[in-house]
Amino acid sequence: MEEIITGLTFYLFAAVTIASAIMVVGSRNAVHSVLFLILAFFTCSALFVLRGAEFVAMILVIVYVGAVAVLFLFVVMMLHVGENRLFQGVRRFGVVGVLVGLAVAAELIIVISTRAFRQDTPAVASNPTTADLNVTEALGQILYTDYFLLFQMSGLVLLVAMIGAITLTLRQRDGVKKQSIPQQIERKREDAVALRKVESGKGIG
Amino acid sequence: MIDLFLTVVWPALKIVLTILAVIVPLILGVAYMTLAERKVIAAAQFRHGPNVVGPFGVLQPWADALKLMFKEVILPAGANKVVFFLAPMLTFALAMLAWAVMPITENFAIADINLGLLYLFAISSLGVYGIIMSGWASNSKYPFLGALRSAAQMVSYEVSMGLIIITVVITVGAGGFNLGNIVEAQRDLWFAVIHFPMFVVFFISALAETNRAPFDLPEGESELVAGYFLEYSSMQFALFFLGEYANILLMSAMTVTLFLGGYLSPVEVWFLGDVWMQPIWFMLKTSFIAFVFLWVRATVPRYRYDQLMRLGWKVFLPLSLFWVVLTSGIIVGFGL
Amino acid sequence: MEVAESYLPILIFMVLATVLAIVMAGIPLLVAPKRPDSEKLSAYECGFEAFDDSRGRFDVRFYLVAILFIIFDLEVAFLFPWAVSLREIGLFGFWSMMIFLTILTVGFIYEWKKGALEWE
Repeated sequence: MEEIITGLTFYLFAAVTIASAIMVVGSRNAVHSVLFLILAFFTCSALFVLRGAEFVAMILVIVYVGAVAVLFLFVVMMLHVGENRLFQGVRRFGVVGVLVGLAVAAELIIVISTRAFRQDTPAVASNPTTADLNVTEALGQILYTDYFLLFQMSGLVLLVAMIGAITLTLRQRDGVKKQSIPQQIERKREDAVALRKVESGKGIG
Repeated sequence: MIDLFLTVVWPALKIVLTILAVIVPLILGVAYMTLAERKVIAAAQFRHGPNVVGPFGVLQPWADALKLMFKEVILPAGANKVVFFLAPMLTFALAMLAWAVMPITENFAIADINLGLLYLFAISSLGVYGIIMSGWASNSKYPFLGALRSAAQMVSYEVSMGLIIITVVITVGAGGFNLGNIVEAQRDLWFAVIHFPMFVVFFISALAETNRAPFDLPEGESELVAGYFLEYSSMQFALFFLGEYANILLMSAMTVTLFLGGYLSPVEVWFLGDVWMQPIWFMLKTSFIAFVFLWVRATVPRYRYDQLMRLGWKVFLPLSLFWVVLTSGIIVGFGL
Repeated sequence: MEVAESYLPILIFMVLATVLAIVMAGIPLLVAPKRPDSEKLSAYECGFEAFDDSRGRFDVRFYLVAILFIIFDLEVAFLFPWAVSLREIGLFGFWSMMIFLTILTVGFIYEWKKGALEWE
């Protein structure tokens, strides 16, 4: 019975993932496309959960849905990608797009059919299964020590991304008045206020 | 037939019943949270607050709900129909869904998953969508501005929230993402004692995450009229409202679970530490934090937007990062 | 299998919450009056006619905040597995993460000095 339920849930989520992926490309409104993309991410994470990879599922939601897609939505909403402009390039870039898609598909097939993904290879067989070790802890025990170099490299990639984002988007405007808190706090009464005796009819002069 | 009933229908029905056991009190709590807010603020300003509908105004939420139900649903001209109606439903559903992992006694949570804390973090990071979608779909200036501000604000405080979560998980150690484990780890000492600065930072970030005063700029009624839900009416408006208050209760419950020992009794004497007392402790503590939410609103003036951003990025982020390093350093250094 | 099973209540909860939201949003469509007119449906703008498009261009800083958020969110994501396994991976794991954090702190200081965190 359990297998039937798992199977049904799998096919339900898989179908929604594929359908929303198609809608991402086919939708006439760019914002709808992004919303379908978010749905696709979400159902993908449900598929991960079904496979027992709950950490990956959560990270998919936190990073992709919670952060990356927010940026997508920002950009798409503000860029005014109209319906007519959205499909302009289809004829020109269609062939290239299909070629790129075929290349990616071929790569995926090659990777999956290599030894690393076969169940009977020693690398897979010796790995602890989800049953006897929590996935997150298992990941933590190798990521920072066994894969030290890759881990630091991803840190560097993030650094580059940070600096790149700043150089690309940051524009200092002139003549902007900013609040300087130390200055504000250090300001004494004597610097700002002066008491004067004003004689009547003469003004301060 | 009986077999099918025993293996599928009955377990499913049991789950539905446990879910109802949580969301019915939750929705009631949310309804009365709106009354509590008006009463608390009234008390802070030496007024009476609602006191006409029923004794002490206790029937006020029902009157409000009925009124909103019979109001016309308005779809502004030029609005995007699907997204416009989807946004409030999403906000409300997410605010409910997050409660699925909350441990209410030591053996009751709707779903006892390994990564409960990450689930909470994920669901609360989705909350920004209801706001962006409503702001964009309304096709009106104030909601759009409110939604932009709100999105940037929620996103800014989420980083320090994530870092604080990590501090808590480091302290618990293995299995630290399970909320039940987090509460049990506080049997001897609440984390609010060990991580007091983080407790404060977390609470303030929770204020910012829920767009509450003093961080209620997205609504900022004096400049943006009502922010992202300006164009909404009827139950669509009510769903946003309920979602907001459900989020306040959720953030209070999260603060309680992470820092104030969740369902644990502060003193283990007599019957106070018994299992049947645990939901009561949980509710009392959550109500207290929710009260502080209201108290802050009655007391503190609104932040300016640049101050808000500075607080999030330049104060909370470095502080919580420092605390992560400090905590982990102490744990590794002393082998705790 | 057990992991997936522990998520079953959440799946059911999602269905329930969606149904509840639809029902609540649907009630006024059945019982409330429906008398729209053009003034009622126009966008609220303090009584003025709308001057221009409401989805106008906006400050590039909002993009910058979103991008910085992604980067810090990833940093936090890297910290999650580290936090639960810190006691097992010991000093090496600790210093490994400290180097990672130092790299990112360099970036953080850079953006601070550049004024990317300031709002005008």
